[in-house]
Amino acid sequence: MPKKSYRQAINEAIRMEMRRDPSVIVLGEDVAGGQGGTGGVGKVGNIFGVLAGLYDEFGPERVLDTPISESAIIGAAGGAAMTGLRPVAEIMFADFVGVCFDQIYNQAAKFRYMFGGKAKTPLVIRTTIGAGFRAGAQHSQTLHPLFTMVPGLKVVMPTNAYDAKGLMIEAIRDDDPVIYMESKLLYDAEDEVPDEAYRVPFGEANIVRTGKHVTVVGMGLMLTRAKAVAGELAKAGIDCEVIDPRTTSPFDEDTIIESVEKTGRLVIVDESPPRCSLASDISSIVVEKAFKALKAPIRKVTCPHTPVPFAPNLEDEFMPNPRRIEEAIREVLA
Amino acid sequence: MPAEAAPSKPKAQKVSKDELLAFYRDMLMIRRFEERAGQLYGMGLIGGFCHLYIGQEAVVVGLQAAMKPGDQVITGYRDHGHMLACGMDPKGVMAELTGRAGGYSRGKGGSMHMFSIEKAFYGGHGIVGAQVSLGAGLAFANAYRGDGKVALVYFGDGAANQGQVYESFNMAALWKLPVVFVVENNQYAMGTSVARASSETHLHRRGASFNIPGEEVDGMDVLAVREAGKKAIAHARGGKGPVLLEMKTYRYRGHSMSDPAKYRTKEEVDAMKEHHDPIDSVKKRLIDLGYADEEGLKAIDREVRAVVADAAQFAQDSPEPDSSELLTDVLIDA
Ligand SMILES: Cc1ncc(C[n+]2csc(CCOP(=O)(O)OP(=O)(O)O)c2C)c(N)n1
Ligand SMILES: [Mg+2]
Repeated sequence: MPKKSYRQAINEAIRMEMRRDPSVIVLGEDVAGGQGGTGGVGKVGNIFGVLAGLYDEFGPERVLDTPISESAIIGAAGGAAMTGLRPVAEIMFADFVGVCFDQIYNQAAKFRYMFGGKAKTPLVIRTTIGAGFRAGAQHSQTLHPLFTMVPGLKVVMPTNAYDAKGLMIEAIRDDDPVIYMESKLLYDAEDEVPDEAYRVPFGEANIVRTGKHVTVVGMGLMLTRAKAVAGELAKAGIDCEVIDPRTTSPFDEDTIIESVEKTGRLVIVDESPPRCSLASDISSIVVEKAFKALKAPIRKVTCPHTPVPFAPNLEDEFMPNPRRIEEAIREVLA
Repeated sequence: MPAEAAPSKPKAQKVSKDELLAFYRDMLMIRRFEERAGQLYGMGLIGGFCHLYIGQEAVVVGLQAAMKPGDQVITGYRDHGHMLACGMDPKGVMAELTGRAGGYSRGKGGSMHMFSIEKAFYGGHGIVGAQVSLGAGLAFANAYRGDGKVALVYFGDGAANQGQVYESFNMAALWKLPVVFVVENNQYAMGTSVARASSETHLHRRGASFNIPGEEVDGMDVLAVREAGKKAIAHARGGKGPVLLEMKTYRYRGHSMSDPAKYRTKEEVDAMKEHHDPIDSVKKRLIDLGYADEEGLKAIDREVRAVVADAAQFAQDSPEPDSSELLTDVLIDA
């Protein structure tokens, strides 16, 4: 099977859906990559190159560079979606959703319910998440908990290129607003990705590694780190079961609960501050539904309750790193 | 001031030898500082985003010369030039770029995020457009206190398409706040040219519907900038409300260090450097007027380079922030 990067996989998914369905359009800041400057047509395709070539294939009617106007981007995308278009809108960094959050949580997320099931909003909002880029406090956040707590949104955080493609196709075909969060540090990560279209359903966790001693849950870059640590610990005879929920909303509770019922131990690795977070949410679900199975307190490996620092030494310490993940796993097993 | 004033005529302006030499030195300081920052970035000593101000020096230097002590400055992330013009220490700025304890934000902010109450510099903001509303707030506080200060609020041609800019324009005009809005029109927002992002490309007209007088200024001519700044600041200080200055300028480098700037031609960039360079034109004027000779100007350059070299050395020698800094300053530290 061909190897493709996470970046290519997302590109391919959007491209295939655009070929299949003329109602799919792409809009955002610099998504075409500055074509039309005096330098001629660029092939950049957003600042991370994720949308490269889409403008060339689909033209300015379907791939729109917007002004820097996040409220209007998401508002227009939501409005167009109500009529049945399927916009794939980009917010360059998740941090910038602050500018347009109203259009997400008060508007798009509410339509289906508030209008008694009559409205649908097939909108995809792509954005990028995560620290480790030396980008400081306003360009490094994850913010998935913010979206996850809003009823009416679906929230996707792909971990690998295979899932990235299948989840994007699913997101575009879905009739609800979907927040699709791309881990910046995974763009170059490669995986086997089929050439044809396929869907990865929402709300189905992926058991990345089976094991019997401890359940380790993570998403995006954190899952990659957790998996690497689990591989190392296996050499020391510690057998981790590693689970990737893939989507935080809808959320596959059952797979995690079944796993904890088997292992009796849980470590959650989550790149976000610890309060009111995905980690605290999973922890509460497990305590409520699998309390009797637990042989040790749950351990959460998260960021501290701080903004993202710039200094490289502080930022490396801010993010859940392999050392902290390993410590937590050893602690629940102690 | 009429809502549609003609561009200021640079030729008619009076300037003393000392003033002209100071302009030369101050602009050169910014240029050499930025060149050095670019080198440190290339050497891997600066990471993340680093937005250079090269080409735009006349804007901040000219406006600073029109301000009175106490007048405030707020801007976005392309902020090194503004800080140096405000009189902030090049060492502290450079050490923030390298993420060291000796930086203005003690390494926690980075290139985009610095602050100095002493020099009336209110940041260093990464969310495009947010500083405009904050700037209206600075002016509100000035009016409330009746302290006679004026706020200079800088933003880009791209930022001019954010909704909150216009919410702020309206409030500032409604309440006659002492503020000068300065749009630094360097013709590109990342890879998107003004013409591709703005229905009204004469950005100084953007205040018209709020009754904010606007003026287009040759932002490559430090004297024209100072002249326009003086008028605008006097207007704002006199209780007549805001003014909008559109500084026609140009950035020579890419949007940030990672931008190869393929959306424009080399010829376009070269033509600006060749015919409109703000530093070259002051140099020529100094020589034509007999205020300085090549040798004297070289001596100034040597002096400036020495200051910048010291700053770069400091930025490399200053220690990393202590790891305990990760957890401090979130709220008032107990
Ligand atoms: C709310 C928000 N949207 C998008 C960005 C990403 N971004 C950073 S700078 C920039 C271009 C801004 O251009 P302009 O206002 O012209 O300023 P310049 O960079 O030319 O100084 C963009 C899109 C951001 N930082 N914040
Ligand atoms: Mg610009």
